[in-house]
Amino acid sequence: MTITQQPPEVTGPPAVIGPPPVVAPPAPREVHRDVLIDLMARDERVVCLDSDTGLFAGVDWGAAADRYINLGIAEQNMMSVAAGLARSGRIPYVHTMATFAATRALEQVKLDIAYNEVPVRIVATHGGLSGGHYGTSHHSLEDVGVMRMLPGMTVLVPSDAATTRELDRASTYRPGPVYLRLGRSGTPDLPAGAETPEIGRARSLRAGTDVTLVASGPYPVLAALEAAGDLATVGVSAEVLEVHTVKPLDTEALVAAAEHTTGLVVVEEHWAAGGLGSAVAECVAELGLARPVRRVAVGDHFTRGRGGHRHLLAANGITAEEVAARVWEVLGR
Amino acid sequence: MTDPDDAELRERCLRVRESIVRMCANPDGGHLGGSMSMVEILVTLYHRVLRIDPAEPTAPDRDLLILSKGHGAIGLYAALAERGFFPADWLDRYAAADEPLTAHPTRAVPGVEMPTGSLGHGLSVGAGFALDFRLTGSDRRCFVILGDGELQEGSNWEAAMAASAHRLDRLVAVVDRNRLQITGPTEDAVGLEPLADRWRSFGWEVVEVDGHDLTALHTALGEAPRVSGRPTVVIAHTVKGKGLPYIEGQTRSHYARLTGKPAKRALAVLGAHRRRTEQSA
Repeated sequence: MTITQQPPEVTGPPAVIGPPPVVAPPAPREVHRDVLIDLMARDERVVCLDSDTGLFAGVDWGAAADRYINLGIAEQNMMSVAAGLARSGRIPYVHTMATFAATRALEQVKLDIAYNEVPVRIVATHGGLSGGHYGTSHHSLEDVGVMRMLPGMTVLVPSDAATTRELDRASTYRPGPVYLRLGRSGTPDLPAGAETPEIGRARSLRAGTDVTLVASGPYPVLAALEAAGDLATVGVSAEVLEVHTVKPLDTEALVAAAEHTTGLVVVEEHWAAGGLGSAVAECVAELGLARPVRRVAVGDHFTRGRGGHRHLLAANGITAEEVAARVWEVLGR
Repeated sequence: MTDPDDAELRERCLRVRESIVRMCANPDGGHLGGSMSMVEILVTLYHRVLRIDPAEPTAPDRDLLILSKGHGAIGLYAALAERGFFPADWLDRYAAADEPLTAHPTRAVPGVEMPTGSLGHGLSVGAGFALDFRLTGSDRRCFVILGDGELQEGSNWEAAMAASAHRLDRLVAVVDRNRLQITGPTEDAVGLEPLADRWRSFGWEVVEVDGHDLTALHTALGEAPRVSGRPTVVIAHTVKGKGLPYIEGQTRSHYARLTGKPAKRALAVLGAHRRRTEQSA
């Protein structure tokens, strides 16, 4: 199976004359596409359902061609079709944007997929603010909270291409439904040396003794790492814990963090209500960990500012500076 | 093949209607009218059309039935019990605490393939099953019973488009066209006509039948799909509250609690119908 042409890029910067950028990291959806192409060839139970995303344009599926189904721009129907397929013993992957999966088609995800405990894999692109200039309709600041409320839903938020690839592969045969939240465009790789991600286990990306930065998603993890580096220069030792599995949450890792640092700052690309920050706060409160928790997330407002992904992150306070400011609060300084 | 329009099926329909009336005696009542309207559809499917075995309700080669109009649960339960999927005394405990029979069906009930209740899901799920049949090369069929008011949910039309586009001819929709919803006639709420043309324009093979005519239902449902590569919809013209003439075709039949005199009256009317049928036979 080969890709005979690249999918059309819907938007992007105008063509410029001059040298191309150094190697751009692949978009996570393209990482997923390649994982799925390989999987489809190996397992006849796997079905690719598309809502006309354009992601699979030009893919030569070979013998698996009849298992690529474009259901058109109709996300609700796609979720229920996936449920019927999964009840028949198949492993359907559905593809849409995060906010359409989590809000437009939520009832189908809740009743037909989650309630039936079927192994549908919801591959959601344009997570968080990665839709950038597409605007509020394409920003997804509720999806992680929505999905983690649903019983039995595994919620994965990988932070770079390698993590996307590993978690995608690791979740293929996981019982029950899986929500895989991806950004729109490629993001920088995490620093080398991180262990292979394992579903349900947080990863320590940097050791620290004063404060724990709990982060989820590409830019929040990068902001946490940058903040930790900045804080080190002024004598604050910040641990960085990457939570790529929001559900089931690695509570053991949070307990351990609370034991050796004085507080937690959670960083995510999501509304503060309902996401990882809420999950961590629930855990800390319910387990009586007696540690302060601060959240770096989008506040109780729709996206502020207009523009590209990184611009919106800054405009909405998902930055290393904001992380550091919350750290000082936690440390009481 | 026995004559489908025979005394046995008529008696089954009567018993199913009596069971529906009895379930409406619980303190919360039940969706009477829309359950009574689809009795012949259910009895024809379970006793003449579906490839099923109540002794093996999850047999891999079985045909599937999804009651997308999940509020018709008491009709479904009565029909499943009549077909032998579970003991008839389960019906006596309809809506009782922690018993399997609830106001909308769940998979705790043998014979229920998908939980339903929120309208506009069943046809899409059925399309998923039919897609699996196509990929597998199976001759199984999936029947989906839709309410007519339910067709106001837009997701049905997403499913209708997708099913014809992907040539899901093992999918058969059955519309219980009783022309009433909670507030009154469907055509006074958000009208569905021209309903057959709408389905045709979505690429479906359309068959219209009298939904209380067992012979016509058997032919229409049994023959589907009549056209290879095309999903079939059987629009069954029915009467809401069928079997109880004093509520037939009336909006108030939608939901009722039947205890005491009303329950006795309903059972007496059904009993009288049975005696008339036996005398004329």
